[in-house]
Amino acid sequence: MSSDKNALHTPLKRRSVLKAGAASAVVGAAPMIIPSTAHAYLNEPKGATVTLGFNVPQSGPYAAEGADELRAYELAVEHLNGGGDGGMMNTFSSKALKGNGILGKKVTYVTGDTQTKSDAARSSAKSMIEKDGAVMITGGSSSGVAIAVQGLCQEAGVIFMAGLTHSNDTTGKDKKANGFRHFFNGYMSAAALAPVLEKNYGTDRKAYHLTADYTWGWTQEESIAAATEAKGWETVEKVRTPLASTDFSSYIAQVAKTDADVLVLNHYGGNMVNSLTNAVQFGLRDKMVNGKQFEIIVPLYSRLMASGAGANVKGIFGSTNWHWSLQDEGSKAFVKSFGEKYGFPPSQAAHTCYVQTLLYADACERAGTFDPCGVAAALEGFDFDGLGNGPTSYRAEDHQCFKDVLVVKGKENPSTEFDLLEVVEVTPRAQVEYAPDHAMFAGGDLGKCNSGA
Amino acid sequence: MDAILLQVLNGLDKGSAYALIALGLTLIFGTLGVVNFAHGALFMIGAFCAVTLNKIFSISSEKVNPDKTDFLGNPLVEKTPYLESWFGDTGIAIMDWSVPLAILFSIPIMMFIGYVMERGLIRHFYKRPHADQILVTFGLAIVLQEIVKAFYGANPIQTPSPAAFVGTLDIGVYIGFAENAITYPYWRLVYFAFACAVIFAVFAFLRFTTFGMVVRAGMADRETVGLLGIDIDKKFTIMFAIAAVVAGVAGVMYTPINSPNYHMGMDFLVLSFVVVVVGGMGSLPGAVLAGFLLGVLESFASMNVVKQFFESIFIPSIDQIVIYLVAVIVLLVRPRGLMGRKGVMEE
Amino acid sequence: MNSTTLSDRALLLFFIFLVLAGPAILAPFGGSYPDLLQKFAIFGVFAIGFNILFGLTGYLSFGHAAFLGAGSYAAVWMFKLLSYNVLPALILSVIVAGLFSVVIGYISLRRSGIYFSILTLAFAQMMFNVAYSVATPITNGETGLQIYNDDPQWLQGADSPLTTNLFGLKMNEVFWRPEFLGFEAQFNVGYYFCAFFLILAFYISMRISRSPFGMMLRAVKTNQTRLSFTGVSTRPYMLAAFVISGMYAGLAGGLWACMDPLAGAERMQWTASGEVVLMTILGGAGTLLGPVLGAGFIKYFEAIFSKINDQVLHSWFAFMPDGLENVMVAIVHPFVGKGWHLTLGLLFMLIVIFLPGGLIGGITSLGRWITGRGRKDQG
Repeated sequence: MSSDKNALHTPLKRRSVLKAGAASAVVGAAPMIIPSTAHAYLNEPKGATVTLGFNVPQSGPYAAEGADELRAYELAVEHLNGGGDGGMMNTFSSKALKGNGILGKKVTYVTGDTQTKSDAARSSAKSMIEKDGAVMITGGSSSGVAIAVQGLCQEAGVIFMAGLTHSNDTTGKDKKANGFRHFFNGYMSAAALAPVLEKNYGTDRKAYHLTADYTWGWTQEESIAAATEAKGWETVEKVRTPLASTDFSSYIAQVAKTDADVLVLNHYGGNMVNSLTNAVQFGLRDKMVNGKQFEIIVPLYSRLMASGAGANVKGIFGSTNWHWSLQDEGSKAFVKSFGEKYGFPPSQAAHTCYVQTLLYADACERAGTFDPCGVAAALEGFDFDGLGNGPTSYRAEDHQCFKDVLVVKGKENPSTEFDLLEVVEVTPRAQVEYAPDHAMFAGGDLGKCNSGA
Repeated sequence: MDAILLQVLNGLDKGSAYALIALGLTLIFGTLGVVNFAHGALFMIGAFCAVTLNKIFSISSEKVNPDKTDFLGNPLVEKTPYLESWFGDTGIAIMDWSVPLAILFSIPIMMFIGYVMERGLIRHFYKRPHADQILVTFGLAIVLQEIVKAFYGANPIQTPSPAAFVGTLDIGVYIGFAENAITYPYWRLVYFAFACAVIFAVFAFLRFTTFGMVVRAGMADRETVGLLGIDIDKKFTIMFAIAAVVAGVAGVMYTPINSPNYHMGMDFLVLSFVVVVVGGMGSLPGAVLAGFLLGVLESFASMNVVKQFFESIFIPSIDQIVIYLVAVIVLLVRPRGLMGRKGVMEE
Repeated sequence: MNSTTLSDRALLLFFIFLVLAGPAILAPFGGSYPDLLQKFAIFGVFAIGFNILFGLTGYLSFGHAAFLGAGSYAAVWMFKLLSYNVLPALILSVIVAGLFSVVIGYISLRRSGIYFSILTLAFAQMMFNVAYSVATPITNGETGLQIYNDDPQWLQGADSPLTTNLFGLKMNEVFWRPEFLGFEAQFNVGYYFCAFFLILAFYISMRISRSPFGMMLRAVKTNQTRLSFTGVSTRPYMLAAFVISGMYAGLAGGLWACMDPLAGAERMQWTASGEVVLMTILGGAGTLLGPVLGAGFIKYFEAIFSKINDQVLHSWFAFMPDGLENVMVAIVHPFVGKGWHLTLGLLFMLIVIFLPGGLIGGITSLGRWITGRGRKDQG
């Protein structure tokens, strides 16, 4: 037990690490003025440890997701350093990780609060890079923040492993050579959902979109509308809702005035909870329109947030990146080690963050360096399995992971408070793939990898 | 026509929350001259009174059920609320009615919080500049919401209305419209009626009781009332407690409409200040009127036809800015808002 | 030379010393890294500017962040269109913020007191909402305006650096990393660039405060009615003060974009406007040094306290026996990391309760107490 505790807490002699870092910087270079060329790349770890930066929302509306992400990161660090039961390291197809840190260096970490604001997130990431010497930044629970921090990491010269970010733009028009995304995106949600919706609701449907009025909402609305229209659906109306809305009743009230028979809620987090609650309040789900049962769709589900909507999610379709009830070896191992440590199952945000940390560590091992350019090269085109999503690959052209997508439905009879969603279909990867220059992702430029040297 | 009536109804319903918060804020603002940035937090605490009562009601006995397993494959621990096992159906009914019951629960709590806040903190700031009041009440608001966050987490917590109020009422048929022309959720109608009752009660209290008379006199001229030998400070403490209760019960009843979270107070804070100022400083009817007015205008602005009209004259997304645009227009046309009194918070 | 200008000169020299030695002074407090130092200077400029309006005239603007945001957007657009050189960006950011403040100031100053505050708030919130959503082609909405590889950058030289610079001098360059008492200090070009403007801003605000114009503004605060009875029209003075402070905000926004070329909409939100109000009051409204102190105080807490996690706590209390260590960590835990807002809120309350006049008021009375006691000792 006490050795376990040490494994967790000793990496943290912050002051001594700091001193060591400062000392090495002074020794390693000309006495006074230290040009950046003193290191082969930015923040090259010279001591016995390597520092990762976990930049998650700890205040604001996504604080609960941020907290879950942080738990996953701490678990990943524990496993990387050889502690705990190893989790998904045992099921990971690549065997480069040995449980002795990364490249023999013990993993330590710093944490920060993005406040779900681009500015605060960049400030926090900058302090990790400038002050704590982090070689990799990861985290985030919204696309705006992820894109902003990804841009910063590109400019600074460290790797960014995106957390929960679902906008097409992250690996579309805002893709960066130093940034990598494991999470799925709006296009994939739409491609996975459309066939299931067709099967359940038919081809003759009229959809009404309520969309959060910012970039993520727009890309998702575009994706869902295109995919459902390809199945024969008609898009009756696309209505944008202000981001500060807490009450969507005036928008919902209008839906019933049209001949739409499906409502698509392109909202996430708190917005999703409120708009869904409002829609159910207004009795939309009991309505019959055009001789059909009225249906509601939430394209991107978050189990954590869904609990805020309670019974209102029952029977409502959506998609997620991962769900704890999956029965493959990787998922089971992850749920076991996470659940035993914290007492509840991990969220999809936790999963993607854990996987990203492992993938980064593995890429360093395979590349034999922490140099961002080497790591990026090792991640590009990397095929792997055993991390909960089946066979997955990091596409070199846009740094997006391609893997199966889950279509889920709000469970009718949940047995526990975590048992809110059931997996309806695992949409095979081939069905959600797209060309790197697809119209919804066009206009971006990865640029060249930047090592900050 | 029915679409417009529906939005009017919706605006009144939205406006109820604005009006209730603004009413309490004006009592503090107008009577005590204190800029209370913690007023939104009082609304939030009210909502969490409902959450707390719900939690208390669902305190459960735990029994291991070996037939079922939890997510880790261990035997499932099944929970049965004590209320259910002790009182059967009555217990279930009590749990179902937890939100309305939370009003009774919240009134003493909010009175106590209001009393402590006024006696312990606000009292010492009557003579301090408004800037200091802002800083101290903003600090208090942050502290209160962080405490709630520490206990209940950052996620919204669902707090359903009694089953009897789930669903919608077809109002249209009563006033001569076709079926399903104007349907509205029961609970939102309850909220509107409740808001009207509270507003009426506060006005009646101020109008027809001696206490109210003294307070109104104190609002007009505090020093003279003090000279008459009336302990106006004590009255003002009670006034503060009443304002806290109004905000609190508004929060309690709001929980089934939108699941409460720890930052809901901040979400309403700025809006409620706008409402109070648009209504006019020191005017209770003004605050209520402005609350309902802004609610209705906000609902109108969200109508597709209205949005399209404004887009055609190059003002896209009017619903994003309507409240603030109206505030600017009102304040430019009427220097002291709708019904403001001269000289209150003008310097 | 009278004593006022003498003490002013001493204050200015003291301020210059503080600013120039900033990286060294902050090293022991873990604050000596470019981003935080730059934020100190940027928000210092912002708060000094805000204080010219609020501290002197008592007019409480609740929408000043809008000018900061406008300045940032203007600066990033200059980077996108011209080059990474910071000078054109700064100039345009001040001009754009000035234009916005003329319009908003002209309308808002028709009212006073809380009505003025709400008017400024309303304008700023409209700008924020529009910037976040419909104005996305100009502002890039949620993500924030940033520079892409395919931006025109007409004046960008072939071999000039691909990061913000002043004629080749890179803003993100750390030119000296000495160690002070075991703590690393980072001397950064960007910080000294901001520091130059901070000192300039401080000097100008000092001159304004001592000028007849400043006297007039103070007269507005004391009794505007009396002033208008004497036949003085205060409006032009007020508008001038509003625009000057708006341009300060624009300068701050421009500097921010120069240090970190991304302009996010959140920096125009009411919370951001509220933050500068808090900074000014916290430090001491109406004083010269107070707003800068307040700005530093809040930014320091945001940057440092939010990063303290349980790991760090355990390392702090590692010298204690295990049981005691865990108890200490459990006690401190709610106030740091994700709980940093709680600490900030508590400090707001404590400072305003016990230090009327803000931090600077506290320092002054502390000074008086010490000298007073010293005198007693002598007596």
